[in-house]
Amino acid sequence: MKREIPLVLTALIGAIMIVGFFVPHEWASVPADYLQQCAVIVVAFGYALGGANVFRVNLDAVFRKQRDWPYKIVLLVGMVVMLVFGLFVDRSRFQDPGTVSVWLYDHLYVPMNATMFALLAFYIASAAFRAFRIRSLEAGLLAAAALVVMVGRVPVGDVVVRAIVDHDGVPHAIRALRIGALQEWIMDVPQNAAKRAVLMGAAMGVMATGLRVILGIERAYLGGGD
Amino acid sequence: MRLAALETLDRRWLFLVVGILVFVPLLWPIGLPIVPSRPSEQFASAIESLPDGARVLMSCDYDPASRPELVPMTKTALRQLWRKHCPVVVTVLWPGGAGLVDQTIEEVANEFRARGVKLVDGTDYVNLGYKAGNEAVMVLMGQGIKSTFPEDQRRRDTSTLPVLHDVTNYSSFALLVNISAGYPGTKEWVQQVNSRFHLPMVSGCTAVSAPEYFPYLQSGQLRGLLGGMAGAAEYEKLEGENGPATRGMDAQSLAHLFIAACILLGNAVVRSARRGSGS
Repeated sequence: MKREIPLVLTALIGAIMIVGFFVPHEWASVPADYLQQCAVIVVAFGYALGGANVFRVNLDAVFRKQRDWPYKIVLLVGMVVMLVFGLFVDRSRFQDPGTVSVWLYDHLYVPMNATMFALLAFYIASAAFRAFRIRSLEAGLLAAAALVVMVGRVPVGDVVVRAIVDHDGVPHAIRALRIGALQEWIMDVPQNAAKRAVLMGAAMGVMATGLRVILGIERAYLGGGD
Repeated sequence: MRLAALETLDRRWLFLVVGILVFVPLLWPIGLPIVPSRPSEQFASAIESLPDGARVLMSCDYDPASRPELVPMTKTALRQLWRKHCPVVVTVLWPGGAGLVDQTIEEVANEFRARGVKLVDGTDYVNLGYKAGNEAVMVLMGQGIKSTFPEDQRRRDTSTLPVLHDVTNYSSFALLVNISAGYPGTKEWVQQVNSRFHLPMVSGCTAVSAPEYFPYLQSGQLRGLLGGMAGAAEYEKLEGENGPATRGMDAQSLAHLFIAACILLGNAVVRSARRGSGS
């Protein structure tokens, strides 16, 4: 029963959602709408559960003095401070300007979050120098496309290309070259074709997996092996 | 110095060069020419072609990490919409973004107020705030906007707000403007709302996710697409603004050029080292 009930529930809910999508009648749409509302509530509970889990796992790591445990203290302190101010000090006003929660969000969360993302620019430069190796024809094509898109996407691309090719003696066809237009063509044609193929393949895979789950063939989500 | 000697180059030199190439143009802009691309023109014209006063849904699905790319396009879109007197209903599906989006809306609203335009929160626009649930929220909004968001960001009862007076579901909107940093974002709005409820939509997204949305643009599911800071700068140019995206493009241009040079130089260094070792 431990496995049968979840399997039946999954099949039933999956079938209701599929029927609700295609059949506009209220007998089909009302149960599907109700399940959607339930999903939002379950997701909200998921946040509480996730938060509690983060707290438990990191607290445990601090007590055991596992690797990088001082950073976990920072995480726990941050979590507790935000929770205390949000739940007990600012309460329902926690999103209003002038509250401690908003101050913490503006002056700690926003700059730290932006900083983490900004660091990517530095690491991408390092990775471009050390890791992007052209060892085959395919890698060469990838690098050529990447260079054209990277340079053609920004205003400096056409300025640089024009400075290189716009001289007497250079054939007109080359002088008329616009790297921005070439970049747009790469994005519109080869990139789009490949992306569409990936999307279609992924969509087919999702449909197949969904059907396998609904029909009870795919049981990995239940855990504990097949 | 032989090229192969660069193989052991301390990466902090690269960091230093990137830092200089980003900071210097931000302080002393070069003013490189910005040429709007077709997807950006489509984005601007999709909003421009709305009838004056048409109600628009705007979902700002990002957090502060994407601020330099997405806040400028959010602001320009709000300015264009409010110039056309379009009431705007804003939602947020990213937990870390609600505060930032609220500030962004208020900054643009205050610009209009400073010019003497009367923009009233709750009458001309509303920020419904964050709601957990990703795609489930999108589908729920198809049943009813006010039932999905019983309160707005300022905890006002949405059924009492004039801007939502005759709003029922997606059929109450002329356009969806989605500003997206990833999941949940443009892809989910296309799949759950555009294809199901047939709400026309445009998207502004991060540069890294733009290639993923080009098929939707080509199929007509997206009426326009802004990709990253470059897209935001092009949109600013189309709207006659000299905003933060335009000012940031010089820095991004030089950084792109340097990264392209790093790829070429890195490969040249490896080849040189191989030739030196005789392999």
